[in-house]
Amino acid sequence: MTILSYLKALNRAIAAEMERDPAVCVFGEDVRVAVSNVTTGLHKKFGPERVIDMPISEQAFTSFATGAALAGQRPLIEFQIPALLFLAFEQIANQAHKFSLMTGGQAHVPVTYLLPSSGSRGGWAGQHSDHPYSLFAHVGIKTVVPATPADAYGLLASAIRDDDPVVVFAPAGAIGVRADVDLAALAPIPLGVGRVHRPGEDVTVVAVGHLVHDALAVAEELAGTVSVEVFDPRTLHPFDWAGLAASLERTGRLVVVDDSNRSCGMAGEILASAAEGMRLIAPPRRVTRPDGAVLPFARELDLAVQPSRAQLRAAIEDVAKLAHT
Amino acid sequence: MSDAAGLRDLPADTAGRLYRTVRLIRRFEERAIELVRDGTIVGGIHPYLGQEAIAAGTCAALRPGDVITSTHRGHGHVLAKGADPARTMAELAGRATGLNRGRGGSMHAADFSIGILGANAIVGAAVPIATGAAWAARRAGRDQVFVTYFGDGAVSQGVVLETFNLAALWRLPVVFVCENNGFATTTRFAEAQAGTVTGRAAAFGIPASTVDATDPQVVLEAAREAVERARSGGGPTLIECLAYRFDAHHTWEHAARPRYRTDEEVAAGMARDPVEMQGARLAPQERADIDAQIESLLELAVRFARESPHPDPADALEHLYADGLRVRAGA
Repeated sequence: MTILSYLKALNRAIAAEMERDPAVCVFGEDVRVAVSNVTTGLHKKFGPERVIDMPISEQAFTSFATGAALAGQRPLIEFQIPALLFLAFEQIANQAHKFSLMTGGQAHVPVTYLLPSSGSRGGWAGQHSDHPYSLFAHVGIKTVVPATPADAYGLLASAIRDDDPVVVFAPAGAIGVRADVDLAALAPIPLGVGRVHRPGEDVTVVAVGHLVHDALAVAEELAGTVSVEVFDPRTLHPFDWAGLAASLERTGRLVVVDDSNRSCGMAGEILASAAEGMRLIAPPRRVTRPDGAVLPFARELDLAVQPSRAQLRAAIEDVAKLAHT
Repeated sequence: MSDAAGLRDLPADTAGRLYRTVRLIRRFEERAIELVRDGTIVGGIHPYLGQEAIAAGTCAALRPGDVITSTHRGHGHVLAKGADPARTMAELAGRATGLNRGRGGSMHAADFSIGILGANAIVGAAVPIATGAAWAARRAGRDQVFVTYFGDGAVSQGVVLETFNLAALWRLPVVFVCENNGFATTTRFAEAQAGTVTGRAAAFGIPASTVDATDPQVVLEAAREAVERARSGGGPTLIECLAYRFDAHHTWEHAARPRYRTDEEVAAGMARDPVEMQGARLAPQERADIDAQIESLLELAVRFARESPHPDPADALEHLYADGLRVRAGA
């Protein structure tokens, strides 16, 4: 077994897919020197035709990748900053995503958009700290938020092999995670399949991305009083609704912890779907960023609007006591 | 801008081929407007009337393996590149037999099998798509040329200018065809644009020219030079094609009647008619024969569109994903 970091897992997945398929290429800003450490070594190994620094023209190079995909390439775009997704939203949501349906299935757009260090990195303020995965799930783009190094490897490999556009968020809060893995066993993990990290009997906690690690820590803290099952959807669209339903069959109680803004965020959809058709014996709860939050700069303010372990613990304890009346 | 520009160099049948294309587009649009009026085409269209020479002249300079992207005003490009008029009309009518199986309509007509990467409903949005495809083709060792059409309204869109930079930087085999019909919907060019179209290209070192695009042969000559430059590794070219939009921005104007140009101005614009200009170059009998062929072709196209089946509502989201992923229903 080997200690593998999440960041290195992303790097290994890209390198392995480039090795496997000559159509895979990397576009981005500063990807040759690998400023974000994701593309380290790729320029040297695969050359300037496949690892390409773009001018700071995110909108054009995002659609440039769409065109390249329509003509047989499989580009991966690295965006250094999650808010660049807002800049390129037209090109992803309104162009790349819509080609398949609008052409009646004539065209597919196999582009992967990778967001290393999405969410708050601490001290990067309002325009570098967003976590807009709910937005992409909402418009129907395949959306992946891995929590662990092995999942980061496997889900990114699947995203690159997928014939549709896929957005892969690699949360800042997870990117430093290290795990003991068998490198030979690293393999693609299918999109749309969740994972139970910790089985439990009393409360299901659905945790997205880096918050899986917070949920596991809180579950451990509560181990003597509440038995918490930690469910990691891994992919937000398509979502593993069957996996969630199976967990709620066991627990009947639900808390969602999600680094989205509260209104119209992923947690709201998970709660609504559970309320409509799954087993719930108590009102569910969600722990999120506030409605319409903009992340403020100062450390204590930044932390104040992100979901915290204390909030999650309180929500679990509440839900464990509650019952439908 | 000579009426007879380039004529000496053209093969004998080129004048007839160009006429056939402009006439086909003209009559296709007129028939399509009839179908808008009788409700067969829902949602309306952006007629290409008056701009036929641009599509005809540029596509005549291409090989079958070359590729185009189009605009919301795209029927002319699609037909000139060789799309089946019947399946194109069926697409406008939202039928299962349409180019896009009724999923795209007028603003998204595409036929990838003949190098049409689709019309695009966001102004300027296809320009980087065509250019990325050009990069991919060159990477794969193919000598294809990519023509991307956009209107004068697109020349201050960020992605268009960003793409000029990319195409020039990497000398990509792209021809930028700016269709300057004088109006961005209802706003005149000079009211919305500082500088010039060719000046924008010049800023990036892209060779550019402005041509009288009421004449298909003038457009063809300019396009040949640009296509040759692209295919031989000389990089992109911009051609600003000056034409006049005879009809509405969109057929909604036929009812809404916004007033932004005078009847006199429209009449003056329509006096320079690309179909008449090209038709006058043919022998009367040749012209009459082509006209008759096109009438029967379009009669069949209209009948095909009217009689084709509607798509099944149960399959409304078929093709949403490449892998056939089925999403949850809305109710």
